[in-house]
Amino acid sequence: MRVDHKLIVETVKENSKVLDLGCGDGSLLALLIKEKKAHASGIEINEQAIYEAMAKGVSVSHGDIDTGLEDYSSKRFDYVILNESLQEVLHPKKVILEALRVGKRVIVGIPNFCHLGARLQIFFSGRVPMTKGLPYEWYDTPNLRFLSIKDFRIFCRDHDITIVRECGIANNKRIKMFANLFANTGLYLLEKK
Amino acid sequence: MPDLGVVTTQFFTCHEPPHELKLKSGERLGPITIAYETYGQLNADKSNAILVFHSLTSDAHAAGYHEGDKKPGWWNTMIGPGKAFDTDKYFVICANVLGGCKGSTGPASTNPKTGRPYGLSFPVITVEDMVVVQKQLIDHLGISTLLNVAGGSMGGLMALEWSIKYPESLRSCIAIATNTRHTAQQIALHEVARRAIMSDPDWENGDYYGKSIPARGMAVARMIGHITYMSEKSMDEKFGRKLMKKEKLGYDFSTDFEVESYLNYRGESFVQRFDANSYLYLSKALDYFDITAEKTSLTEAFAPAKCPFLVISFSSDWLYPPYQSKQMVKALKANDLDVSAILIDSSYGHDAFLIEVENQSKVVSHFLQRFI
Repeated sequence: MRVDHKLIVETVKENSKVLDLGCGDGSLLALLIKEKKAHASGIEINEQAIYEAMAKGVSVSHGDIDTGLEDYSSKRFDYVILNESLQEVLHPKKVILEALRVGKRVIVGIPNFCHLGARLQIFFSGRVPMTKGLPYEWYDTPNLRFLSIKDFRIFCRDHDITIVRECGIANNKRIKMFANLFANTGLYLLEKK
Repeated sequence: MPDLGVVTTQFFTCHEPPHELKLKSGERLGPITIAYETYGQLNADKSNAILVFHSLTSDAHAAGYHEGDKKPGWWNTMIGPGKAFDTDKYFVICANVLGGCKGSTGPASTNPKTGRPYGLSFPVITVEDMVVVQKQLIDHLGISTLLNVAGGSMGGLMALEWSIKYPESLRSCIAIATNTRHTAQQIALHEVARRAIMSDPDWENGDYYGKSIPARGMAVARMIGHITYMSEKSMDEKFGRKLMKKEKLGYDFSTDFEVESYLNYRGESFVQRFDANSYLYLSKALDYFDITAEKTSLTEAFAPAKCPFLVISFSSDWLYPPYQSKQMVKALKANDLDVSAILIDSSYGHDAFLIEVENQSKVVSHFLQRFI
């Protein structure tokens, strides 16, 4: 199992209402339904991914994350998940704040664009990094936003968002220390009073 | 996939006088006969029934073959063993709507008071009236809760109406290529079709039974309908500027283009199979449809709904455009309902709900699977 999915499943309490933004083929939601009896639904923009998600018995609605959240009433979900989708949205700040409005807690997974491997590539090759986790050429990438774990912490601080928990992940394993240097992915549990 | 084989239409009569149905308009109507077909087996606890609603000019014959027929029912690609509405699992019912002309009571039926066809003395009916009558049928079949209601186009309006009128007796709803209220453009297109029929001298204020039918008006109405059911792209792909059985333009008003010939053929074949007055009544019922009437918002209109929804729209449908489905989804979500929604990429226009079988089957079958 993907370690980020494992960590998310561990975080979510039983019978919770969960919304996964950019749920893809619905793997995570299906896992949450199976393991945590979650009342799970998702938003996804890719038509083919929706067919796969629906085959897993997940409720998915076709739409983009940037505008999809305004449909929901406040604090309607126990958790809103933005796993590996935030870097693809046009207005990340708006989306995170909206997610915190409709969800009591928000789980965010971000790719760390400033881990050691990426830094070394920039330094030695003088090129924008391409790694296993970030395999795209600059001219052909779904990623609109490039951020690091440190950037995300600063964003939360500046917007009065409480980081309840932070986990760094590299090579499908949890990183205990120096996440901004060694983690490919940062996973956050957020709250806003 | 295998088909259902030979199926037969059944009939159910209710609202015998003095128990006439009080219609939305305030008028009373009875007796009312409903033509319906069923496919598959109703299980012991009667929990596997699905009611499918047809579109404007369809009928109760949704799947399988009538004895001696070469063409199957209108949604045969979707209903049958192993298909989206899997008759090995579900008991599927489809009934001809009130006001129709395929076995259910409508303007062409005999008025028991006069012994003559109703014609324009038939009361104006609404989508709500159609749904009320089908509820009688479901009660008659001894089904207290439907596993699902589903329909495209007019059928979708009926599915939505059912979801708010009988929320207690419904476990899921599928609304395809449909809308929550007819817009000015939709009403306008219908009005052109109605005017075509009513300006045909043979229409005779609806009293044409036993005489010549208003065939010319009906054909024009159907031609307009067909244009709205296709998309610019699907017409261009199907016909382009291809000429009909000629090498060059005729420089006269005979048929030049294939598209003209196709529309003429469609119009003429429609005349043989549909009643002009039914077309007037049903199109009027659709135009009257507005679930927000007497409500302050679409969200409020859906407040009584309880079940999970699947909303399907098609990218090139300009008669019931996808944005209307999007508004519907928004209102359903605002009511904290479980909603699945998909916009299927298709060039077939409004007709896609009858043609895009593969992708539509995927979502419908998986959605239904959740309620077994």
